[in-house]
Amino acid sequence: MTNLDFEKPVSDIESRIADLKQMHPSPSSEIEAEIRKLKEDQIANLKRIYADLTPWQTVQVARHPDRPLIRDFIAGVCSEFIELHGDRLFGDDQGMIGGFATIGKHRVVLIGHQKGRTLEEKIKCNFGQACPEGYRKALRLMKLAEKYHLPVVSLIDTPGAFPGADAEERGQAEAIARNLMEMAALHTPIVVIITGEGGSGGAIGIGVGDTILMLSHAVYSVISPEGCASILWRDGTKAAEAANALKITAKSLLSLKVIDEIIPEPVGGAHRDYPSTMKVVGKSIERHLDKLSHTSTHKIVKRRFEKFAAMGRFK
Amino acid sequence: MGWFIKKQQPVAKPEPREDIWIQCPSCKAHIFKDEWEKDLKVCKECNYHERLTWKERVDILLDPKSFKEIASRISFNDPLKFSDAKGSYASKAAENRGKTGLNESIVTGTGKLHGVRVTVAVMDFRFLGGSLASGTGEKFLQAGMFALKHKQPFIVFSASGGARMHEGIISLMQMPKTCAVLARLREAKVPYISVMTDPTTGGVSASYAMVGDIHIAEPRALIGFAGRRVIEETIKQKLPDSFQTAEYLLAHGFVDIIVARKDMKDTLHRLMKYCSR
Repeated sequence: MTNLDFEKPVSDIESRIADLKQMHPSPSSEIEAEIRKLKEDQIANLKRIYADLTPWQTVQVARHPDRPLIRDFIAGVCSEFIELHGDRLFGDDQGMIGGFATIGKHRVVLIGHQKGRTLEEKIKCNFGQACPEGYRKALRLMKLAEKYHLPVVSLIDTPGAFPGADAEERGQAEAIARNLMEMAALHTPIVVIITGEGGSGGAIGIGVGDTILMLSHAVYSVISPEGCASILWRDGTKAAEAANALKITAKSLLSLKVIDEIIPEPVGGAHRDYPSTMKVVGKSIERHLDKLSHTSTHKIVKRRFEKFAAMGRFK
Repeated sequence: MGWFIKKQQPVAKPEPREDIWIQCPSCKAHIFKDEWEKDLKVCKECNYHERLTWKERVDILLDPKSFKEIASRISFNDPLKFSDAKGSYASKAAENRGKTGLNESIVTGTGKLHGVRVTVAVMDFRFLGGSLASGTGEKFLQAGMFALKHKQPFIVFSASGGARMHEGIISLMQMPKTCAVLARLREAKVPYISVMTDPTTGGVSASYAMVGDIHIAEPRALIGFAGRRVIEETIKQKLPDSFQTAEYLLAHGFVDIIVARKDMKDTLHRLMKYCSR
């Protein structure tokens, strides 16, 4: 487990536990008691630290190398997943995946960004930065969902849409824009979950939905804190300040009414406890799918329009 | 030394006088101001189409005295109480309003184009780089709803650096908001024509500018999603000058027509004839 800077007290305790275990391969009851106490200490420290993360610390948790990725959510939440490939136009972007999935009793179309775990995977996925063909693949699958009246579940975890010359050439802007318009009018329920990084246009490109959920240590922003700092502070190292100013945490976004609900992560973040994370995410998705399944499609689309039309604070 | 070999005295070149000359921002050619204005701020040397204010745009586009503003009172707010190294967003925006007389980065209204009633939304780059934020999105929405209600073709002139960082996530939400109203126009078969002017980038290109029934671009306009510098850093290569120009987008299939400014009004009029039911 990679520990972050601000988790120092926790890593100290962890290394003490490891030392004790190493020194005492068959520990006495005394040593066992000490280890137990240290473990309690560790949890208390994690609780304390994670209860009060700064926005910049939250960014680091959202980007944690061990954070659950889309394949983990699929394995932990879906009883079945049949991946469907390609946009039928150009290629099969690995930065965006999707397919038919079963969550509880619900058959759905699941789409989402893929970051990749190993370096090789990451390179294949462009580190979770989808290309136009990724957004077009997602749209193709969403239209399929509409046709068979399957709800869409969209998992967001991306630093942003891929900023490459080839992506521009193939119309990154058009691909995202089209998804926004199509999702606004899609005649089937859409549940969106921001699981890690919600990076700007790359996130909203699959982020228009009836219910927007967010994991408690995920972030969602119009620009990365580093990008904002380098433009408005003219200093990329002022990312922590920018993160503060941009209001990117789940709590802030809930109070701004951009998201509907926060899914609480286990103590110390989703990366420390996959099973609990999957359980709470799965339950939450099911609950919202249940709710949406009782509403007529016509009403859902109308409410979706009203939801996004109401976004904004102006004078 | 005879008079005949005497070198000519160097004659001081007349300094271009600011009151009668304009320097083209693109090719730096000096052009008579009268000529520049007569050519609608288009450089006759390099065909650069200078950025226009919303008023200049409306004057070129609509029949005289036909324009009536919609949602004129909507103005920026400061939902995040945002401050950066240079101070607060609230004071920066207020200062911008003082300088430009604008409440937001877009002006919306209705008017006549060769007698045809149309709804227009015109972005003005002078207001915080034409950035997309709450006020922009709301004015766009209201104009779109007006077009829908009165079945008027909706013509939008984009000029924007993208979403406004100072309103954070709320700015990002203006992308789906504006596209949601365009979905309604599409359903009702109300024409929507997107005109991309210099520059149309970031969150504006990735939302309403790119979902038109017809995409028009002004010559040489910069149009794209990511910034040139970011792309160059990503691919570790220099990009050619032609990258992300209107002509580049036309060649790659994302723009229908490139229309010179002087032909814009007539072209829009001709196009609309085919887009009415």
